[in-house]
Amino acid sequence: MEINGIAAIGAGLSAIGAGIGIGMIGGKALEAMARQPEHSGMIQTNMFIAAALVEGVALFGVVVALMQG
Amino acid sequence: MKKTLVNTLLLSLLIMIIPTIVVAEDHHREPEKTEAYNPTPAILHHIADSYEWHLWGNVSIPLPVILYSEGNFDVFLSSNFNHGESKVVKGDRIYKIDHHHIIEENNKEFINISITKNVASMMMSVLLLFLLLGKTANSYKNKKVAPKGIQAFLEPLILFVRDDIIKSNIGPKYEKFTMFLMTVFFFILINNLLGLTPGAANVTGNISVTLVLSLFTFIIITISANKGYWKHIVNPPGTPLIIKTIMVPIEIFGIFTKPFALMIRLFANITAGHIIIFSLISLIFVASNNGENVVAGWSVAPISVLFVLFIFLIEILVAFLQAYIFTLLSAVFIGLAVKEENH
Repeated sequence: MEINGIAAIGAGLSAIGAGIGIGMIGGKALEAMARQPEHSGMIQTNMFIAAALVEGVALFGVVVALMQG
Repeated sequence: MKKTLVNTLLLSLLIMIIPTIVVAEDHHREPEKTEAYNPTPAILHHIADSYEWHLWGNVSIPLPVILYSEGNFDVFLSSNFNHGESKVVKGDRIYKIDHHHIIEENNKEFINISITKNVASMMMSVLLLFLLLGKTANSYKNKKVAPKGIQAFLEPLILFVRDDIIKSNIGPKYEKFTMFLMTVFFFILINNLLGLTPGAANVTGNISVTLVLSLFTFIIITISANKGYWKHIVNPPGTPLIIKTIMVPIEIFGIFTKPFALMIRLFANITAGHIIIFSLISLIFVASNNGENVVAGWSVAPISVLFVLFIFLIEILVAFLQAYIFTLLSAVFIGLAVKEENH
């Protein structure tokens, strides 16, 4: 393997994507909770589901990067 | 409750046995021949499964190796391999360890059902789980006393899983899925937490274990799905034909990606956590070049230990969060499959 750092760059890029995605989800969920505190439980559950789905895609990237070394 | 307990034990046993048959993914790589200290082999050694339970230095507990071939079992302790340096002769078969895998010298076929480090760790965690939940279940015989001890700790957790995860996502017919989801939650939780203790095995960071867990979710979704679920996949109502040609393959693909994502998510989260902790500890040895430069090592050590402490606290949160996420997503997927149509 001649290029060693390229997998790390891929892992970093997937982390950027997940960071933007989860940041937006968390921000919007907080906004929604501040507007309607009585629904905060439901919003929190849905926030976790969406965050987990975003994170899953990012982790695919990390796993591929890990396999490439 | 007693029936649920027996079922929990049986399911846990199944989860325990199957990964040993599934061939484990191994991330072994040749160590690089460089001057500077390379922490990668040590880190990969710690997160991988092995035939002996390494504690510290030269101290390790040998575990039984069980190999099945053509009607007979070859059983011996892994210490016979002498850390991969010796060969074990059983009848006409010569076993040796090559790249952390047991192979036969003449490439004869055999099935490896050894009690590896991960299996031994799972046995211990299942026993612990059985003791804790059994004690909790027994304490409900005396209904007049308020919960105390381990019951007071587990009751809110069990109620949280039942009400907030299972009931609210599956709907009125939640009861028959409670057994599976509750088992999965506590199995993942206890293995995540035990995996964080020093010297313990990385069970939920083993892709075979998470594969079996998500396989159970996949099977349960597939066999309990109702007609409406399949109809929306094979022939989505109210969709133009041209869109159907794109949507149907994606929907069919989606049946498999859901459990696949569950598998990767748990595996990658736990493995990544362990790698980060080991990498931060390795910083000390990288800075001191494995003990050559003591001053540099001692100056990096406090920062490194503080970071490790911080990551450890995050990992305790992640241990709970990943058990929660796995159970929640399983419940959501099952809920989508059993939901009655109301349009």
